[in-house]
Amino acid sequence: MATVAAAPPYARTPVAAPEATGLWSWLTTVDHKRIGALYLVTGLIFFVVGGLEAALLRWQLAQPNGQVLSADLYNQLFTMHGTTMIFLAVMPLSAAFFNFLIPLQIGARDVAFPRLNAFSYWVYLLGGIFITVPIFFGMAPDGGWFGYAPLSTKAFSPQHNMDFWVLGLQILGISSLAAAFNFITTIINMRAPGMTLMRMPIFTWMSFVVQFLVALAFPVITIALVFLQFDRFFGTNFYTIAKGADPLLWQHLFWVFGHPEVYILILPAFGLVSEVLPTFSKKPLFGYPVMVYSGILIGFLGFGVWAHHMFSVGMGPIADAVFSLATMLIAIPTGVKIFNWMATMWGGQLRFTVAMKFAVALVAMFTIGGISGVMHSSPPADLQQTDTYFVVAHFHYVLFGGSIFGLFAGMYFYFPKVVGRFLSERLGNWHFWITFVGMNLTFFPMHFSGLYGMPRRIYSYDAGQGFDLFNLASTAGTVVLMIGTALGLWNVWRSWHHGERASSNPWGAATLEWSIPSPPPDYNFAQLPQVTSRYPLWNTAGGDTLVHETTTAEEAGRRIPSSAELGIVMPNPSIWPLVCAAGIIAMFCGLLFLDSSVPTAVAIMLGGAVWWIGALYKWLLTPLEDHH
Amino acid sequence: MTATTAPHAADAHAHGGGHHTSLGLDNRKIAIWTFIGSECMLFASLISTYLIYKGRSPEGPYPHEAWTNPATGEVFKPILNIPVTSASTFVLLMSSLAMVLALAAVQNKHVPKRTRGEEILGSSKLWLWTTCLLGLGFLGFQAYEFTSFIHEGLSIRTNLFGSSFFTLTGFHGAHVTAGVLWLATLLAIDYKRGLGPQDALLVDIAALYWHFVDVVWIVIFTLVYLIQ
Repeated sequence: MATVAAAPPYARTPVAAPEATGLWSWLTTVDHKRIGALYLVTGLIFFVVGGLEAALLRWQLAQPNGQVLSADLYNQLFTMHGTTMIFLAVMPLSAAFFNFLIPLQIGARDVAFPRLNAFSYWVYLLGGIFITVPIFFGMAPDGGWFGYAPLSTKAFSPQHNMDFWVLGLQILGISSLAAAFNFITTIINMRAPGMTLMRMPIFTWMSFVVQFLVALAFPVITIALVFLQFDRFFGTNFYTIAKGADPLLWQHLFWVFGHPEVYILILPAFGLVSEVLPTFSKKPLFGYPVMVYSGILIGFLGFGVWAHHMFSVGMGPIADAVFSLATMLIAIPTGVKIFNWMATMWGGQLRFTVAMKFAVALVAMFTIGGISGVMHSSPPADLQQTDTYFVVAHFHYVLFGGSIFGLFAGMYFYFPKVVGRFLSERLGNWHFWITFVGMNLTFFPMHFSGLYGMPRRIYSYDAGQGFDLFNLASTAGTVVLMIGTALGLWNVWRSWHHGERASSNPWGAATLEWSIPSPPPDYNFAQLPQVTSRYPLWNTAGGDTLVHETTTAEEAGRRIPSSAELGIVMPNPSIWPLVCAAGIIAMFCGLLFLDSSVPTAVAIMLGGAVWWIGALYKWLLTPLEDHH
Repeated sequence: MTATTAPHAADAHAHGGGHHTSLGLDNRKIAIWTFIGSECMLFASLISTYLIYKGRSPEGPYPHEAWTNPATGEVFKPILNIPVTSASTFVLLMSSLAMVLALAAVQNKHVPKRTRGEEILGSSKLWLWTTCLLGLGFLGFQAYEFTSFIHEGLSIRTNLFGSSFFTLTGFHGAHVTAGVLWLATLLAIDYKRGLGPQDALLVDIAALYWHFVDVVWIVIFTLVYLIQ
């Protein structure tokens, strides 16, 4: 047999039927690849918003007794920085890859429910706008991304600020849950013939684990938020201490969600890096089954460690010991992954493309964040570190050095597949090195300012406490980070239309998405593939990995047939997912009027409900495809 | 060559209906199970909060004990009315039976009916109507329960018990309401064009949801009403 799959019998020009273009085609699209692109662009925009919020925070903290921001605005900005980065940047950027890659990696035409997929995106976009816009009016949420009740109840946060947070997170939860049901169904049920679970690409596996985390963790925060919403709008007593409420109820519910959320943020990046490293090492992933099992184990244990966020509340020695041990246990599967990545590279033919650099940087930076994480798992150490900048340093090493580096690695790796053009490696190298230096300059000094005792979430500090220099260094690092990020964004902007053309498998990668043209036609696979191995495009028999990198020259002039020519029935575009999403937002907006005018509020809520339910009926009663 | 192509698999349907899927099941069936798994965590959070808050409220009224307001001397009897709720529980359980019969009737629509009994059992409209009406009956009981509790002095704002009780059972009631709307939609389709074996899946997933909501009520009835 041939060493690799033959180049596909088509290439990117000329296409028989040009894709629909124009605003309407984007508003009505149900194509998972286009929705993935929407997630990518929207996620990057919110990444910039969250970054600018952080830049203002660092500007204020550059020197002792900073005068840039008021305490109130500082609270709003740090709340929105966390909320934006977690819910509006990292999760959606991961979702961009779920959308684009999962159907391609398992050999499917689309996700299981294409219109539900569009719905998830629109709810995310509108929910993101809902929660972000108040910052321009000085009305943004100001209770932290964790929104601790009773601080976030009406008694202590009487303005509308936290209303936007409570309702915004409820809206965003709908998006994540709908996507989770969709992707779980897709992965369970839409795999191409021969694509057994243990042949699935590791990114799809990690995404699979993440969708279960979303499906099981988001309902818990939904309920915590419902209680808060009822307390704020209807005067219930869930978080009213005087009425006997437990001051820890919110913390428990929030972290039962919040800790799995940490893995929701990091596992997609782990999956991306596990695709990048083997490709640029020309070796199969070391210990694939162990990588799968450790991902599952991380997801499973992730539900049993939530109270390590609460050591300082005094839960008692038994609870502290149990959660401490569980937390230390989780370091084992995580460490296994680190070692497996290193073993993957060991003895490989390494090619340090920008994607590879970001991937290797993840392995190193995440390890630093992971080690400080293990330090927190010991309650006596945690009591010293909790609520200091040491914790801020820790989670930025895992979230920036981990999630963001992994997502950037994935972006440089998959951009040629998504767009059909490479991101510039030259600009990319600048992007990588400046970001790498900026990230370490920003966050490494925070270990020290934290250990010297600088508390989190303070808007100013007096000089002479030993952390003036560290703060100045962090702020300088932020400037470097902004330059690096700007270069990366410029690279995306420029390469989208002017990058070098990419062939179907320019990196010589192993998985199914690289067997089809770049960018893929709307139907993905002209014929659904029959999968017989974990690395369909590699021949790994006989010890050596034989790789075929395609070139644009060899694919030149081949014609991509249209779906009509192939007799493939594609789902019809639909505006109803967007209309339905808008109705849901309208319904939630009604609650904001409750304290000014009850009839107005009820009218808006009822109107919104009729709107979205009507749109839902219209959507469900319209067939997805024309009959064939 | 390790990646070959199947000879003719060009039209895998987006729902997998009648086409190849990995498990041979329709996508919608997998999705509803995933949804139900997620809903379990939703109700688990609600029920745990109710149980954690049980007995923590410094002021009554209470679910199972009488309470005298120390300020006014007013006496509040135990709030929960177990005989009435037992009746409503029975109504909801019977709705699940009717749901099973409705699904069977849709699946066996084309089986010839020889007796009057088989005709009755085979009427999908009859059993969908029955399920809907029993669901509405349960909601009627709940409306009666809520209003009588409010008259007895317990609202969602009164105390921790009121907040957690009304939120938990209200959420369940909202789920029943959604289920009734879903069943009514199926009924409308049945009147419009007749539900047959080809639509069994539509009824099947509605039935899964309906039974799930029923099972949740059994848990709520046991933990909230029966255990003191």
